[in-house]
Amino acid sequence: MNLDKEQILQIATLARLQLEEEKIDMYSEQLSTVFDYINMLSQVNTDDVVETTQVTGLQDIVREDIVSDSSEEKRQKLITLFPEKVGDLLKVDAVFENAD
Amino acid sequence: MLSLKTLIKTDFETRTNAEILPRFTLIFIMKKLNELTIKEAYEGLKKGEFTSVDLTKACLERIKKRNKDINAFVSIFESSALAEAKKADEIIASGKQQILTGIPFAVKDAIDTLDLRSTGSAKILDNYVPPFEATVIVKIRAQGAVLVGKNNCDAFGHGASNENSMYGHVANPHDLTKVSGGSSGGSAAAVADNQCIFAIGEDTGGSIRQPASFCGIVGLRPNYGRNSRYGIMAMASSLDTVGPMGKTVEDVAILMEVMAGQDDKDATTIIDKVPKYSKNLNKKNKFVIGLPKEYFSVQGGSVSGGEAEGMNDEVKKIIENKIETIKKNKSLEVEFKEVSLPYTKYGLPVYYIIVPSEDSSNLGRLDGVRYGVRSSEAHDLYNIYAKSRGEGFPEEVKRRIMVGTYSLSSGYYDAYYNKAQKVRTLIIEDFNQAFAQVDLLLTPTSPFTAFGIGEKKENIMAMYLADMFVSPSAVAGLPAISVPCGKDSKNLPVGIQIIGPRLGEEKLLNFASLVEGV
Repeated sequence: MNLDKEQILQIATLARLQLEEEKIDMYSEQLSTVFDYINMLSQVNTDDVVETTQVTGLQDIVREDIVSDSSEEKRQKLITLFPEKVGDLLKVDAVFENAD
Repeated sequence: MLSLKTLIKTDFETRTNAEILPRFTLIFIMKKLNELTIKEAYEGLKKGEFTSVDLTKACLERIKKRNKDINAFVSIFESSALAEAKKADEIIASGKQQILTGIPFAVKDAIDTLDLRSTGSAKILDNYVPPFEATVIVKIRAQGAVLVGKNNCDAFGHGASNENSMYGHVANPHDLTKVSGGSSGGSAAAVADNQCIFAIGEDTGGSIRQPASFCGIVGLRPNYGRNSRYGIMAMASSLDTVGPMGKTVEDVAILMEVMAGQDDKDATTIIDKVPKYSKNLNKKNKFVIGLPKEYFSVQGGSVSGGEAEGMNDEVKKIIENKIETIKKNKSLEVEFKEVSLPYTKYGLPVYYIIVPSEDSSNLGRLDGVRYGVRSSEAHDLYNIYAKSRGEGFPEEVKRRIMVGTYSLSSGYYDAYYNKAQKVRTLIIEDFNQAFAQVDLLLTPTSPFTAFGIGEKKENIMAMYLADMFVSPSAVAGLPAISVPCGKDSKNLPVGIQIIGPRLGEEKLLNFASLVEGV
């Protein structure tokens, strides 16, 4: 299997990952190798096999939906983690570009 | 016996050899404080032979002396650890000592610790201080255990050599030119080098067992769902487990008793009662042990991208000798039986579809927006994501996210993720059939001992194949342990793996304690 440079860039865009230009060829080669390897699963006949969705055997785990307060202290700790802020508000760049 | 073992250094220094020798003829077994097991430290603290502050200082001194060479710690919490130790000494003095009170330990950096930096060994979380703590760590610290620091690991658990950390690789304490294994490499090295009494790691596809094997310690991957994953940085949610790493099987059993159990914060936790694991060790029950032939006949050869190492002859010999020793031991009633797990070779490709797929989804939360490091180069939303992630993730994390993104993308889901989940069913059936005939399975933990730093870094398939014996049981959600089993001619530790049936930790730990003793 061969994932070319263009495909790598497309995957990276979907995954929101900026890649260093000089490493794109390396990723192209490595990912192609990985897919060559994992493609060996196509040898396995799974026509009548049901896929695994969980391994715990647990079913319908429910609990009461109880509202609990978060302390002011915890709130402040979360605000401290903001990469950029204005007062207590999280600052991000505009989502939409300016029409002008 | 125990007071001999726990005889402290200061005691020793105040006496001359002539005074000591007649009284203590077994001097060779004297250990330094940081070399003690949990059980020994507990007894020593109880008898007042030393304090938690003494014990903690001994560990911190060892860390300071060795961290520049081994690099097992990303963060060291000297002042908070000493404050915790002082508090533990008060608890002990008040007569309320529990098994972990005052015992210094370390935690893999991909596990959140309250108000203490937790980076996952990736720069995107370089400044991250969680306002909450993983449930298993809450339980351990509730007993008054002393957290000395956070262990280096492959970033977010991605790797088998600890070379994928953004804080440098971890060196193997047995040979500084070799890797520690991974991804919980810092934790394994820290325990092996006596920088802490025990450590808590995380095992998605071998990340506790493989470094435990490379560093010569005991590491348990519990049954999936046995321990709460709340507060563990999620990697592959359908495989992730958190487990103990210690110097003895008994220590690991003690830790499981504290860690295991249902948790409202993790809906995948199993509700079954937690057994008294440490009370059921060294019991000479009858055991039928399966030897899966596929694990003993792995050939090396070319894989795309380079050569892969097969089963090392010397490792094979050491494991076979151990089996012979167990067989010949008249006090044990152990029967060995060859079994076949025909889908073994598909364990790793299944793993390398499911894990990157779930990785790519879980790591989507790390985007530089609400916490973590935001790229200073980014001036619009797309670039906040792309540049923060581009700068904050190492290559292996990027590779896995891309493999996962591709596997899950429209049109490929059936061919990859769904196919892998079907083959996973066949792997589970393999194990079910084996466990209908035997109590436990015994295999090498790794086909080889610790390899050289940088040796497999360029050949990613050869690196992935290092997990070939530890990933199938993880895919099946089963418990498995690595126990030290001697050393090879290069003086590097070899590990023996014991795999148990669903929720079979009790039987597993009992047999492991017998293996450890012969």
